Amino acid sequence: MKKESEEIMRIISEWKGSFDCPYSIREDGKSIDRKDFGDVRIVPKADNKGLDVYVKEGAKNARVAIPSCITHSGIDEDVYNDFHIGEDSVVTIDAGCGIHSEQGMSRHSGKHRFFIGKNSHVTYLEKHVGLGKEGAKRVMDPYSEIHLEEGSTLDMEVSQIGGLEESHRITKAFLDKDSTLKVKESLLTEKRQIATTDFHVELNGDSSNADIVSRSVAKDESKQEYTSRIVGNARCTGHSECDAIITGKGKVYASPALDAVNEDASLIHEAAIGKIAGEQIMKLKTLGLSEEEAEERIIMGFLS
Amino acid sequence: MLELIGLTWDAPDGRRILDDITLSFPSSGITVITGPNGGGKTTLLKIVMDIEHPLKGKVLFDGEDITSLDTTERARMGISYGFQTPVRFKGITIHDLLEIASGKSLEKEDVNRLLAKVGLCGKDYAEREVDQTLSGGEIKRIEIASVLARESRIAIFDEPEAGIDIWSFSGLISVFEELKKGDVPVLIVSHQERLMEIADRIIVIEGGRVSMDGKSEDVLKKLLPSACPLKKNGERV
Repeated sequence: MKKESEEIMRIISEWKGSFDCPYSIREDGKSIDRKDFGDVRIVPKADNKGLDVYVKEGAKNARVAIPSCITHSGIDEDVYNDFHIGEDSVVTIDAGCGIHSEQGMSRHSGKHRFFIGKNSHVTYLEKHVGLGKEGAKRVMDPYSEIHLEEGSTLDMEVSQIGGLEESHRITKAFLDKDSTLKVKESLLTEKRQIATTDFHVELNGDSSNADIVSRSVAKDESKQEYTSRIVGNARCTGHSECDAIITGKGKVYASPALDAVNEDASLIHEAAIGKIAGEQIMKLKTLGLSEEEAEERIIMGFLS
Repeated sequence: MLELIGLTWDAPDGRRILDDITLSFPSSGITVITGPNGGGKTTLLKIVMDIEHPLKGKVLFDGEDITSLDTTERARMGISYGFQTPVRFKGITIHDLLEIASGKSLEKEDVNRLLAKVGLCGKDYAEREVDQTLSGGEIKRIEIASVLARESRIAIFDEPEAGIDIWSFSGLISVFEELKKGDVPVLIVSHQERLMEIADRIIVIEGGRVSMDGKSEDVLKKLLPSACPLKKNGERV
């Protein structure tokens, strides 16, 4: 593994020189190491285009890591990973990605589909980062399509922690009866970076529930766009929250939409965009932080 | 020792709120500043912390003129300030806030000890965020804990009783009784009789000026109707 990949891996995953769970490591467009065991099976798709990950029915506290690293410019890839989660299982999927480049353009689009069996609980972690020299264009276009069967839950934690010039994130979810989707998204953009995120959630089963919380910070001259649509097709509850902090000349556009198609759908959206409140800075100054330290600390907490 | 010399401050609409106030505070004991609303009490405290800037006058701390120092510099000198209306932070836990306040990393036990002082159980609160999910009384206690976490050379509290429910009030009083035993001077803006009773000194500010200043029991006698003095235990006779 290249040293750039090692640097990325330490940031985006729990890799500390090795994994103690089933894993598949992708570097510069190809799989460089893979190991599966226990309740997890990892099967490469034809033409190195991605993976099928199978988690056995009834698996308890399974974990699988599929980090992806790009270490130079000139790579533009779409990677198709499908997760097939058996019924009554509990699993954590760690699928971070990083691009390290010095010049030119590199792009990675992880297209993930989740088929989550009845009463299973999946925790999905996805951390994205860009490293290397200024001037290089690093682009990440993650796509997630989630199918939640009856009684299942997906806890999704996605974060973009800087260094990506452009990112376009699409998350689609379809929920059956008694299923739950929880999303916590954190986005940080700076300089002239652009990030868009688009949620489309359909609550199709009675007692299905979605909770989407997006927190973002747009610094300098960066720009972010948030759109979400929650469709209540059943007796369901949906909540989305878009909180954004802008500093410098950062811009944030938020367009939330709620479609209550069923009369018993209960949907809520909250959005708050603004600068860091002056009282927050002042409180931290009274605790001995400088204005810059206070701002940094508030942003760090906000995105944590 | 804190000294305020000739402090004058006008509201943005031109009204004079503080009019040539000169006061000094010894290096221990509790002083309560009280008086009618709009009299300039909170403004006076804010000037000490550089949250407001005086039109005229000086602030001296241990003999050093700190009038030109900003809030951060004053905080680093050991001046601590508890706000009347605490602010909330999404994503910052109570543990985080107390670490920021103390300027060092804190073990669970340290956090629990601080929270116990303000009547909160660390197990239930330490990892909660300082956000809208905390009630007015809870966040007020966190605010007081954030001052207690610091190594203060003077501790200032603006209406610490505001927002504290009646059940927590006796706990609040014991916080200040404890502080009274220590060697850090405490400056409180308050309307609360019980706080005034445990004070060593009471200053009354009215119309931007000091109208009374003296030992707690002497000022209390004048402040409260003579037909209705307070007994030591706080009951009226």
